[in-house]
Amino acid sequence: MSTLRIDIRVRRGDFRLDAGFELPATGVIAVLGPSGSGKTTLMSAIAGIVKPHDGVIALGDEVFFDSHLKRDLPIEARGCGVVFQDARLFPHLSVEQNLAYGLARCRGRAISQDTAQVIEMLGIGHLTSRRPATLSGGERQRVAIGRALLSQPRLLLLDEPISAVDQSRKGEILPYLERLRDEASIPIVYVSHALDEVLRLADQVVLIADGHCEAAGSAAAVLSAHPVAGERRITVFDGTVLEHRGAIGLTLVATAVGTFRIPMMDTIVGNRLRLVVEARDVALAATEPEGLSIRNRFRATISRIERLDRSQALVTLTASGGNVAAVLTHDAVADLDLAPGAAVWALVKSVAVERMPV
Amino acid sequence: MGFPALPDTPEWQALRLSLLVAAIAVAIALPFAVGGAWIVSRSRAPGRGVVNALLHLPLVLPPIVVGYLLLLLLGVRGPIGHLLSSMFGLRIAFTVKAVVIATAVMILPVMARSTRLALDAIDRGLEAAARTLGASRADVFTSVTLPLMAPGVLAAAAIGFTAALGEFGAVIIFAANIEGETRTLPLAIYTALQAPGGESAAARLAAISIVFAFLGLASSEWLNARLRLRLGLT
Repeated sequence: MSTLRIDIRVRRGDFRLDAGFELPATGVIAVLGPSGSGKTTLMSAIAGIVKPHDGVIALGDEVFFDSHLKRDLPIEARGCGVVFQDARLFPHLSVEQNLAYGLARCRGRAISQDTAQVIEMLGIGHLTSRRPATLSGGERQRVAIGRALLSQPRLLLLDEPISAVDQSRKGEILPYLERLRDEASIPIVYVSHALDEVLRLADQVVLIADGHCEAAGSAAAVLSAHPVAGERRITVFDGTVLEHRGAIGLTLVATAVGTFRIPMMDTIVGNRLRLVVEARDVALAATEPEGLSIRNRFRATISRIERLDRSQALVTLTASGGNVAAVLTHDAVADLDLAPGAAVWALVKSVAVERMPV
Repeated sequence: MGFPALPDTPEWQALRLSLLVAAIAVAIALPFAVGGAWIVSRSRAPGRGVVNALLHLPLVLPPIVVGYLLLLLLGVRGPIGHLLSSMFGLRIAFTVKAVVIATAVMILPVMARSTRLALDAIDRGLEAAARTLGASRADVFTSVTLPLMAPGVLAAAAIGFTAALGEFGAVIIFAANIEGETRTLPLAIYTALQAPGGESAAARLAAISIVFAFLGLASSEWLNARLRLRLGLT
């Protein structure tokens, strides 16, 4: 299993990036952070467009950059396909010629991305003879993804592909990104500031803020344990579909903390499913409740209680090795005598669980 | 160079000479214009400011001064001219070669400027994108930059050609006004106006000049429009 290893210091004007992580180079690695946090700089450094003044960048056995060994592989030799925020299709070439550009320059790497398959996956077959200037934003992004894929890259880097697309047209590209995640056999680094996109697409997450990596690891672990600036506090459970109970309209999902019951959904038993629970939708009980409508319950231990504002508190719990977040009123906390170390029951309403296939 | 059906009057001689000189001057100035524009627009060399200034010099100096400087350098008694005449028996001043050189020098700034604008209009991000797709720097130049630049370079050539047809001051000083040899269209108009009763001849020559000037400008504009289309800006 090859890993993506980053440990770099980059200077760009006044901005400083000091970031490091090491993650298995598989599936979708999301780099999540607010604007100006350094995520695009990080991506540019991996691709070779920006040069760190110190550090190491390696993908598996291939060392792209090592300041101590004075090694700096030029952009064209790294095999990192990049999909830029502004697509950057060559205006003097047709869509077909744009797609062929990368394929003609793959330097003898084995052809794993087939032209016909890529075109079909991205739904761009009807655009091949068009010029980039005549395409919509979403269409341009899809062609850009196709072009990058057809250069047979070792690693695909996407820089906020949805941000540049018109709100109403996001549907033009998100389903294709999901297909890309499911069907492309190469690791993908996905840069974004939007938690929603990351929840739908990412297997692993790197959190970036102010030029630093705050956390890196599996999506569920990182997003459950760390607040994301400006976003609601959540807990992520990555589970497997156990069974469907058609008679009562429920689907059962096996997760690390136990079995979740959720409103029945259209998915095959055995598929992986991501459950996202907002902290506001988690209730706590000092003893196991009876006669309560809430079906999903599991034991947890309080690890921290923080004041959010004058009425609310954020209670962080651990359950089966993972973090869970709940928001309660100070009144409730006092009433139940909750304190770090206390063992409680965490309760989640079935209808409040957000779910997405991953 | 023959137009067998046309009369061999001084007017036609002047026109033929002007067209020939303009074509050669553009061909000579073009690589310098493209190279100079590249250095100023793309390279990070510390000398770019100097290159930029040199490229603009013939534009801001009085044309007569440019002609005079060329005479000082390349005339038989000048440092380079002396070398050329003693080693190769080559005389430049007061010959058609001088017309070409003076013209090339005078049109260089406007051609370099036009090329530079075309270069600046090309999105640098496209070049970075090409490299991520596996293209080396040289490959990027031939497959992306050059095709995008081409209409702009042609437009520079068109405007250079038009400017060349009108060059007077530097030519008359460096090449003199020798009938049949260095008397271009503008010099012929000047000569006609000096002679008594030459107004009608001058008017005919001026009309020809104006027609070519308009043709040149129109093609330059058309080529620029093609450039914008090709870059996807319109």
